[in-house]
Amino acid sequence: MQRNLLSLATALVFALFTSAAGAQSGSVEIKDAWARAMPGGAQTGAAYVTLRSPTGDRLTGASTPVAKMAELHSMTMDNGVMKMRQVEGIDLPAGQPVSLKPNGYHIMLMGVGQPLKEGQTFPLTLTFAKAGSENVSVTVEKVGSMGPGAQGSGMNMPGMSTPMQHH
Amino acid sequence: MAVSSKARREPEGQRLVKFAALGFLGILALISCVLVGIASRHQAAGDATGSLTGQIGGKFALVDDNGKPFTDAELKGKWHLVFFGYTHCPDICPTALNDLSLALNQLGAKEKEVGVVFISVDPERDTPAVLKSYVESFGGPVTGLTGTPQEVAAAAKDYHVFYAKHPTAGGGYDMDHSAVIYIMDPQGRFTATFGPDDTPDTMAARLRKLLG
Repeated sequence: MQRNLLSLATALVFALFTSAAGAQSGSVEIKDAWARAMPGGAQTGAAYVTLRSPTGDRLTGASTPVAKMAELHSMTMDNGVMKMRQVEGIDLPAGQPVSLKPNGYHIMLMGVGQPLKEGQTFPLTLTFAKAGSENVSVTVEKVGSMGPGAQGSGMNMPGMSTPMQHH
Repeated sequence: MAVSSKARREPEGQRLVKFAALGFLGILALISCVLVGIASRHQAAGDATGSLTGQIGGKFALVDDNGKPFTDAELKGKWHLVFFGYTHCPDICPTALNDLSLALNQLGAKEKEVGVVFISVDPERDTPAVLKSYVESFGGPVTGLTGTPQEVAAAAKDYHVFYAKHPTAGGGYDMDHSAVIYIMDPQGRFTATFGPDDTPDTMAARLRKLLG
């Protein structure tokens, strides 16, 4: 009986923890919203986020008070040439986490008045075809960061590098 | 259509058309062979074979992020990593410069033997002042270069770098651009490239080998 209670408590704590870890947007889970600190002189930034819709949805837009305009962009390498293109939406297949990340999709922040600084947070509104709009808080990581906690990586392999070794 | 109906009536004409077509195909095949040859030589560039030494790089006259003239002569005397990009690029340019900075950090005392040159392909927006605060954000020995559109075009041509303006819906523009990092030796000669699969670790290992 005690054991049952313990496992029930564990399950409850776990459930609480998981729901707290990802803000719920209608039916879309939003996790790891982060942006890169902007180098001095830059007016353009990029924000990234991981999304998961249990039933399938589509990210169709974004806005934030820190930028005049926020657009969904893809970045591809075509024969060694880097190309960024605005996309109308990013599909979220049912149950599959979709990560916007360096070298893939990003939320392009254009006309950022005050360059984003490491450690800063700012609000971002994401718009979904079915789930509507949801606000999320974005944490600013280092300039050129490959993700929360990551230090650097190959230009095509975000998150795959081994941690940098200091000598 | 006119050709084929005419050829049906005149057998010599038909032969002529066939001959011309064969000749045309032959020329196409020859051009393809040359192009494939050039492409494979370009692909070999990453192997540090030095086969493209003298073909990549060359004379250029730009200005640095202090507004001072900077020519290819400045590349002599130490190793340089040359990358073309622009400051309105939020993704690959900061990634590349950050990776280079992390790689150089791993070189210890040898870090001083390597410089990084970031050449803007967007001289309209990237003035020396804009570039200065941009490159300083990455720490390390990064020099930002810009110039007139013609000067930048000439430098890009020397380095076989492609770039093109791509208008965006909001009235602004992005730049498509080659994202290769060139390794130039202390004589200013092309030595090897870093490509999309390189990480700070592989870059540092490569540089250690080259620096000896």
